[in-house]
Amino acid sequence: MASLKLAINGQTFNVDADPDATLLSVLREQLELTGSKYGCGEGQCGACTVLVDGKARRSCQTPVSTVADKSITTIEGLAKNDNLHPVQQAFLDEGAMQCAYCTSGMIMSAVSLLSFKPNPSEKEIVDYMQGNICRCGTQPRIIAAIRKAATAMRGARS
Amino acid sequence: MTRKSQLPIPLDPERYELRAPASYVFESNRREFFQFLGAGVFIACAASKASAFQESGGGRRNSEELPKEIDAWLHIGEDGGITAFTGKVEVGQNIRTSLTQAVAEELKVSVDSIRLVMGDTQLVPFDMGTFGSRTTPVMNLQLRRVAAAARDTLVDLAAKQWSVDRARLMASDGQVFDPQTKRSLPYAQIVKGQQITQRLPAEDPLIPASDWKIAGQPLPKVNGRDFVTGKHRYPSDETLPGMLYGKVARPTAFNATLVSAETRAAEQLSGVTVVRDGNFVGVAAPTSAIAEQALSLIRLQWKAEPQPSNAELFEYLKKNQSPRDRDEGPVAKKGDVQKALTSAAHKVQQTYNINYIAHAPLEPRAALAEWNGDQLTVWTGTQRPFGVRGELATAFHLPEDKVRVFMPDTGGAYGGKHTGDAAIEAARLARAAKKPVKVVWTREEEFTWAYFRPAGVIEVTSGIDADGKITSWEFHNYNSGAAGISTYYDIPNQLIEFHPANSPLRQGSYRGLAATANHFAREVHMDELAHAAGIDPLEFRVKNLKEERLREVFVKGGEKFGWSKPKPKNHGYGVGGGYEKLGYVATFVEVAVDRGTGDVKIQRVLTAFDCGAIVNPDGLRNQIIGANIMGLGGALFEAVEFENGRILSNHFASYRVPRFRDVPPMDALLVDRKDLPSVGAGEAPIVGLAPAIANAVFDAVAVRLRGMPLGPLLVSHGYRFA
Repeated sequence: MASLKLAINGQTFNVDADPDATLLSVLREQLELTGSKYGCGEGQCGACTVLVDGKARRSCQTPVSTVADKSITTIEGLAKNDNLHPVQQAFLDEGAMQCAYCTSGMIMSAVSLLSFKPNPSEKEIVDYMQGNICRCGTQPRIIAAIRKAATAMRGARS
Repeated sequence: MTRKSQLPIPLDPERYELRAPASYVFESNRREFFQFLGAGVFIACAASKASAFQESGGGRRNSEELPKEIDAWLHIGEDGGITAFTGKVEVGQNIRTSLTQAVAEELKVSVDSIRLVMGDTQLVPFDMGTFGSRTTPVMNLQLRRVAAAARDTLVDLAAKQWSVDRARLMASDGQVFDPQTKRSLPYAQIVKGQQITQRLPAEDPLIPASDWKIAGQPLPKVNGRDFVTGKHRYPSDETLPGMLYGKVARPTAFNATLVSAETRAAEQLSGVTVVRDGNFVGVAAPTSAIAEQALSLIRLQWKAEPQPSNAELFEYLKKNQSPRDRDEGPVAKKGDVQKALTSAAHKVQQTYNINYIAHAPLEPRAALAEWNGDQLTVWTGTQRPFGVRGELATAFHLPEDKVRVFMPDTGGAYGGKHTGDAAIEAARLARAAKKPVKVVWTREEEFTWAYFRPAGVIEVTSGIDADGKITSWEFHNYNSGAAGISTYYDIPNQLIEFHPANSPLRQGSYRGLAATANHFAREVHMDELAHAAGIDPLEFRVKNLKEERLREVFVKGGEKFGWSKPKPKNHGYGVGGGYEKLGYVATFVEVAVDRGTGDVKIQRVLTAFDCGAIVNPDGLRNQIIGANIMGLGGALFEAVEFENGRILSNHFASYRVPRFRDVPPMDALLVDRKDLPSVGAGEAPIVGLAPAIANAVFDAVAVRLRGMPLGPLLVSHGYRFA
């Protein structure tokens, strides 16, 4: 057991955890941040995706001790003062979800992609999102939502 | 509006639908409801006309007893809030949205004033389960009836309050309006201080689809914001104070029996409870990590019998037919297939093999169980909350009214979550630990200990006359099921039979169930016949089809797809379609082949679909495209590998499901029949894809693929899907 300080969604949490415990299990079991999902526990499906220093990480493959000094963002921390992040808004607008169990991982991956690729081509979106599984078959709408969010975010910046 | 279509085929028996027990216990009366919901107007809808008449014999108003068979009920509160109750559940088909639309339409209120309570066995009317695409044809209609009756009751009450003739009053925008005096009364005010219950006969006038304003429109997921913010709690997210995490020790093979168990080391861990009960061994611990550690300390010896592998699957299914559990006989038998075959101009005889596939919902099975004395409450993801209640009652020797099953909107099911396995495991551990216990299956458990879509062998022998009319049709399905087994083509001589087998794997429902296998065999075989006759495959289908609605999706789909337009060199077109769960579907596929590399690429897919009057075109499109994308897996590459009672393909790395790169451009043609009843769309759109791909491959490279998945078969011919 180790005492760890975690910076999550702009807040600091002190947790006692096995250093090898996964970030996903700490988020879900100790901090009640259940928006990040368990889908496979092997980094194969992307449902557990969070941002670590702004980049997408599979939290089920991330030992919690390795992110103690980093900035972690989960789906719960994406909206600011009740204003949805443009990617969240685009997923809503495009109806880019069915059972929506994959949605938080999809959104976090998309936010990461758009942070370094503000105007991705369809192929770049597909390649980047390849590691995220949607069993309901909503992929075309997810691609459309990411394109829409990209446009909205470029508009907001200019 | 005058065209009427008669459904030509009765619904096929759903052999593998796991059904809830027929017994029914009705626990609540109206007093409890008003305690729970506050004053207002409460409307209950009888499941059948007969029971409505029977129950309403003693007068319709203010009766203490509710009818025994109810499909839906609805409450309008003093705050204007409307709560509708249904036993149907939400697993991504977005019925929470489409059913809300139906209520809003008939009650003349905004969508956001309605709360839909789903799948809570203590609050909602009994429901067998959410399967078989029954929500839209049955529950949507019932909720509309309830809402229409509520609207009538509100108008009655307003008329009484104003002492005017009710006939001149209208309901709209959540109020009753008097055009003569220009007065209006909001529903909230009308129901103030009332405690009215009403049962209705199941025949109240409904608003025709052509006049719909809220239904029939695209409406986004009603609680969508909760999903994009991570706020929604799925079954696996549920927690309770003091909750423990449960894990189950799995046998080394299917049907193994426990010989010995050494559990002392695990029991010595702090806060850990170990349960051994027959073949069940499980642990409950304060964290999932400690539960895993405890499990790893347990030493078990299992005894298992040798079992077949997927390498010998198809022979096994044909050799191991199970004794009939009911006197079935052929599904269809007319004319004389042998005689007709003898005089046929062309004959085709072929066999089609279908592998087992897994549902692999992204949220694995999960349950949280809590005991209060002998009262058991379980939160779990299931398509049959009442069925799981029955399973729990049986497992723990409780009356059903001691068990409450609650089903939060769940992360996918596709026919895979009919049973209460995780619920029973969590409840067993919780009883021993005397604390709430949550069990979430691992992906490996989900791939191994759930059940599968049945594998099957299908043999078809057929003949056509010199004009290209099918004269003889003999169709035998071994094991995969009877759903969709009947042919919708117009054939005078038929023998169609389903032969159950002793399945080496646990098998059950799946989206479309056996209809996918039966449509695959039938629609590929149709292509083979068309080829033998030298007739265009689409023309051949239409030529042998009398059913008007099915012709229409084939013809309109073909037009939109551009079937008759010349195709690029090395491209192939394929079509497959049919009739399933009251919906009519035709799917068109274009493939392109690279002669150098042997790569075959799906260029585009179009599915034309008719499910009567469309309730939510946006949700419908999502279901049609979604079914096709999910169907790509079973069509191209999904197959469960198993050996000697173990599943070998038990991770996403070894069991490939469709991902972003696998998805070709997909389109849907919605045929909106406002003159016909609305039916479901969750299943039928999946059935045309696999045969359409196989037939497009044949068109492009003259290779006939007669099994699912197609991918490995294509490889054996020197090509591959890219």
